[in-house]
Amino acid sequence: MIFLQLGVLACVLASGTTVVFTRGLASQPIVVSVFGLMLALMFMAFQAPDVALSQIVVGAVGLPLMILLALAKLRRDAKFLHRKQNEKETQ
Amino acid sequence: MSRGWRLGVFLAGAAGLVFLFVVVARPLPGPLELRNRYAEEINTRAFRERNVTDAVTAVNFDYRGFDTIGEEFILFVSVLGSMFLLRMTEERGDEILPDAAEDSRDVRSTDAMNLWILAMIAPKVVFGIYIVTHGQLTPGGGFQGGVILATAALMLYVGEGFAVFRRVVPHGAVEFAEAVGAGGFLLIGMLAWFWGKPFLTNIIPLGQSHQLTSGGTMPLISVSTGLEVTAGFVLLLYGFLQENLTPRGEK
Amino acid sequence: MSAQIVTYAGFIVAGWLFLTGLYGIITSRHLVHLCLSMTVVQASTYVLLAVIGYRPGLPAPIFVNMPAGSPAVDPVIQALMLTDIVVEATVIALLLAITVRIHRRTSTADPNEVDIMRG
Repeated sequence: MIFLQLGVLACVLASGTTVVFTRGLASQPIVVSVFGLMLALMFMAFQAPDVALSQIVVGAVGLPLMILLALAKLRRDAKFLHRKQNEKETQ
Repeated sequence: MSRGWRLGVFLAGAAGLVFLFVVVARPLPGPLELRNRYAEEINTRAFRERNVTDAVTAVNFDYRGFDTIGEEFILFVSVLGSMFLLRMTEERGDEILPDAAEDSRDVRSTDAMNLWILAMIAPKVVFGIYIVTHGQLTPGGGFQGGVILATAALMLYVGEGFAVFRRVVPHGAVEFAEAVGAGGFLLIGMLAWFWGKPFLTNIIPLGQSHQLTSGGTMPLISVSTGLEVTAGFVLLLYGFLQENLTPRGEK
Repeated sequence: MSAQIVTYAGFIVAGWLFLTGLYGIITSRHLVHLCLSMTVVQASTYVLLAVIGYRPGLPAPIFVNMPAGSPAVDPVIQALMLTDIVVEATVIALLLAITVRIHRRTSTADPNEVDIMRG
């Protein structure tokens, strides 16, 4: 049991550090999803099933979804603003 | 403040934090000596007083229900804030930006994938309802089940596109559901006032243990919370997907 | 002894996640990455609470098959964490919404370049 807990804590450490040091935009939802999954495993190892259920659904599904949508929106806005900029310059 | 200075201040602060952390953590009692009397009392009493088998849900919705009201309303206000921010029409002179979901998707999804996605919606809804209603018996409750149900609604968007999603879960109905969920919790608490008891007392007859009706007001609160969390997440999805609704209603 | 090791390991992981997340917030070059580093800082509190609430060798506080009152892990701390997770995800969504608005006003998502508040 103790090895499981120590192992899972190490995984949480590794994935947390990866989240911070990943700079590419497109890979961020995936890294956050993995981090959420590792946290859920940690909660299971520490005998907290309610919390693990909560974390799985929110951290591995809900949060990456919202990040993806926010990134998609940023990209569309950038395209649109770029187009508006060009129109303004050509006027 | 330039970047170098920021980093320097951070490192100084981090060193101080690490030092203080070690100083504080050393004399703390170890996990074997740490005994929380309150937790032990709840473990024994939750079954005896409320006939429920899940102590965590009992703490959440009964013994510390008042704190859960606060948390639920944090969620409500955050969703409100996000909706407000994502729905503001542009300042004068600017065009309305196009619907985020209007362009056809770049990746054509195959029929097999669509079929599979749609087939998984029903099991998800059933599972979500199961988790919400069995909160007081097994790990679960309103919060977890609510997010599961919200992902079921999301699957509809991923599988069929925004037009269908908008028709199956209309915006007005979801707003109404969220209000009902948030207000329902308060109303259940106020129900106790009619019997002269304090707010959020468990006045409904506690059923038999290991049954769905055990726990008195707990399953009701769980359902109301699940409704609110589901509706909140679906509203967040709506906000991120489309944001140029005219002030009066749908476009 | 082994319980001590796990507790100290948990403290170290919580402290490390906190500092790493804070470092990510400070040196971030994109607002979305900043919000995600905030998630890491939040996770450090979850790790700390999970370690504190744990009692070595005891099962979860669900009494379906065990008689009630048998020793179990602390349920009060788990109740704290449970609502916290859902609520903080919503707060991150709020931050992402603010990010989208900032990007629209200034057409940049670099926290060093955003100058809305400059008078």
